[in-house]
Amino acid sequence: MTAEKSGADILVEALTDLGVEIVFGYPGGAVLPIYDAIFKQTRIKHILVRHEQAATHAAEGYARSTGKPGVVLVTSGPGATNAVTGITDALMDSIPMVVITGQVATHLIGTDAFQEADTIGITRHCTKHNYLVKSPDRLGDVIHEAFHIATSGRPGPVVIDIPKDVQVATAKYRKPGAIQHKTYRPQVKADQSLIESAVEMLAAAERPVFYTGGGVINAGPAASQILRELARITGAPVTSTLMGLGAFPASSDQWLGMLGMHGTYEANYAMNKADLIIALGSRFDDRVTGRLDAFAPHAKKIHIDIDRSSINKTVRVDLPIIADVGRAMEDMVRVWKGRQHQKNDLSAWWKQIEEWRAKKSLYFPASTKEIMPQQAIKSLWEATKHRNPIITTEVGQHQMWAAQHFNFESPNKWLTSGGLGTMGYGLPAAIGAQLGNPNALVIDIAGEASIQMNIQELATASQYRLPVKLFILNNEYMGMVRQWQELTYSSRYSESYSESLPDFVKLAEAYGWTGLRVEDPADLDACIQSMINTDGPVLVDCRVAKLANCFPMIPSGAAHTDMMLHSDNVSGEMDDEAKALV
Amino acid sequence: MHIKEETKERHTLSVIVDNEPGILARIAGLFTARGYNIESLTVTDISEDDLISRITIVTSASADVMDQIIAQLERLVPVHKVVDLTALGPHVERELALVKVGGTGDHRIEALRLADVYRARVVDATTSSFIFEVTGGTEKIDTFVSLMREVGLIEVARTGIVAISRGKEAA
Ligand SMILES: Cc1cc2nc3c(=O)[nH]c(=O)nc-3n(C[C@H](O)[C@H](O)[C@H](O)COP(=O)(O)OP(=O)(O)OC[C@H]3O[C@@H](n4cnc5c(N)ncnc54)[C@H](O)[C@@H]3O)c2cc1C
Ligand SMILES: Cc1ncc(C[n+]2csc(CCOP(=O)(O)OP(=O)(O)O)c2C)c(N)n1
Ligand SMILES: [Mg+2]
Repeated sequence: MTAEKSGADILVEALTDLGVEIVFGYPGGAVLPIYDAIFKQTRIKHILVRHEQAATHAAEGYARSTGKPGVVLVTSGPGATNAVTGITDALMDSIPMVVITGQVATHLIGTDAFQEADTIGITRHCTKHNYLVKSPDRLGDVIHEAFHIATSGRPGPVVIDIPKDVQVATAKYRKPGAIQHKTYRPQVKADQSLIESAVEMLAAAERPVFYTGGGVINAGPAASQILRELARITGAPVTSTLMGLGAFPASSDQWLGMLGMHGTYEANYAMNKADLIIALGSRFDDRVTGRLDAFAPHAKKIHIDIDRSSINKTVRVDLPIIADVGRAMEDMVRVWKGRQHQKNDLSAWWKQIEEWRAKKSLYFPASTKEIMPQQAIKSLWEATKHRNPIITTEVGQHQMWAAQHFNFESPNKWLTSGGLGTMGYGLPAAIGAQLGNPNALVIDIAGEASIQMNIQELATASQYRLPVKLFILNNEYMGMVRQWQELTYSSRYSESYSESLPDFVKLAEAYGWTGLRVEDPADLDACIQSMINTDGPVLVDCRVAKLANCFPMIPSGAAHTDMMLHSDNVSGEMDDEAKALV
Repeated sequence: MHIKEETKERHTLSVIVDNEPGILARIAGLFTARGYNIESLTVTDISEDDLISRITIVTSASADVMDQIIAQLERLVPVHKVVDLTALGPHVERELALVKVGGTGDHRIEALRLADVYRARVVDATTSSFIFEVTGGTEKIDTFVSLMREVGLIEVARTGIVAISRGKEAA
């Protein structure tokens, strides 16, 4: 007979059984029993953030960079509501995460008790699943099931709400065996006949494109390897969404760069003129498709996705395949080789692509007077690429410039908030990534506005001696907002100037960081070197050209062929239809 | 600028779910969160051990959206299966209504006569009122209720649609 344990001890033991090493959290009344259980053990390391939102983003950064689920622990009421943004972010970007929230005691639920919030109600539609655990007998099984759901199929956040009396009451805990859920059974293996059809379509295509996405990263590093093999044997070009960057090496000749709103000319034109698009773990997001009725009009479409609801959501496809994309690509490679298909003659297609490439759509004007933000990213990449750094970002122009000019060679190195577009994601995500990868060089490429949304996390990095680097492209504007105002509202810059900025260098120092500032392009490389060579956390306030815009750009709701390039004169007013689109 | 409307089709879905707390909120909330509409929704436990419920939902949407609705429902962890009875073909749909009608004299007689035609049963009566119980498809109930309106309708309670596929197999 095993002895009974408190719910709090069961939680800690179950987390240990699940291999959890790090929990990101913040204490409060409704989780005190759990914090006491944590105090009494040594196997799980608790990282104290400075705001619950940061705990969720740190968990996301940890998860995306390690492939393991991120774990968060917060108190009831404000602790839980502060976590909602990061939970939603994880849902949108398919990040495996388990969030444990304290709740008022079961008999107090529904009485507007102190720090009571309807966490289950609030998070019902921003989680993959959530649980209110009303008895310690259920706790062990629920925790194991929650991890299973968060990490399998299409990954996502799962909330476990634990009332305080359930943390104190006792029950027996037993580690369950492999989970066979009665209703939740994601399909990972593709139907063989569909794989065969996909291979035949690919073998017959004259203008194929692989359109890869975050699902390839979700499928694990092996999926990125098999993608390389699939591209090699077919000779087809590869483009990726923002979320899939790194799955395919940017140094490959077959790489077209990112597609979509801020994607390259060659990637978007290839999509527009292709006769076959193979979507691999990507979800036809509006940032990618642009105007739907003009999206890839000549192409047959194959879509491999583990979530049936991603299929035919916005774009109708010809061959849907529900499967883990890594497994499906493996099957495709096997069938392709088994049938002794040779690489098609795609020379006419590649010749066409070369013409598009010659447009040099990522061009930006050089300057010796001010630091061009694009140049800052390029220099950062040149100086750090040999260390294969992990890059996180905030949201805005700097994020897009990083996506365009930092060339990723491997998966799990690029952590960004794509679906929700959450300013304030990057610094906590970098902290999480650094904890998961203690020897890696981790850099948050930030904007001066975004960074202020979770700036308090400078203290977390100091406390745990994390050598995170924070590289702020300070243009004194919410640049992305200003850019849209320029394009859509005749440059009426309503509330998009970053007024009253702090002295970032002094701020860094106040938190125990090293602070550096660079303004002259001539000093840029030296500053980057000193950032890398300085031990411990370093903040760089990189003053860049204030009015630079991010190109190429497909305006919201426009076709891939209506791309604005750098040289186009783009300021003006848009019609109401365009103004109504996000 | 004006917001465009799409053409919609009405479908009856049968959703088999784990009978756990919050399941109704999960399903109904999915419809509001994603902007789908619900015309009718019924839930009850259908298993011996109280573990499984059938939720019958009538919704209308364009064909593409209907496909999404089903995929989104299937994605919910406690959902066992979703059957689009309308797409499946032959099935039976029924609704039950309790219709309270007041009146005396001719109106009373007329109400009883109509009730007979619509096979509505009298389940309560006073000297100046009846409650009729009527079952049938939505249209039949609609017509019955509108006829009763003419002879003295007081109030109506309706269950919403329950539906099941025809033939010997479970859908
Ligand atoms: C300011 C800003 C600008 C942006 N501009 C662009 C842009 O120009 N271009 C761009 O691409 N994006 C851009 N985005 C990001 C965009 O909003 C979306 O987040 C992104 O395009 C979605 O990427 P994805 O299609 O790879 O899907 P993800 O959100 O990564 O979803 C992954 C898909 O793969 C599936 N999946 C998950 N795991 C597996 C598995 N194991 N096997 C198979 N399938 C799996 C999921 O079901 C899902 O359908 C921008 C974002 C911001 C904030
Ligand atoms: C939490 C949140 N609020 C608002 C926005 C809208 N938004 C998108 S980009 C942006 C400006 C970001 O400015 P900055 O961080 O300086 O980046 P820049 O575009 O200048 O590089 C804003 C306000 C958002 N994405 N997230
Ligand atoms: Mg800025």
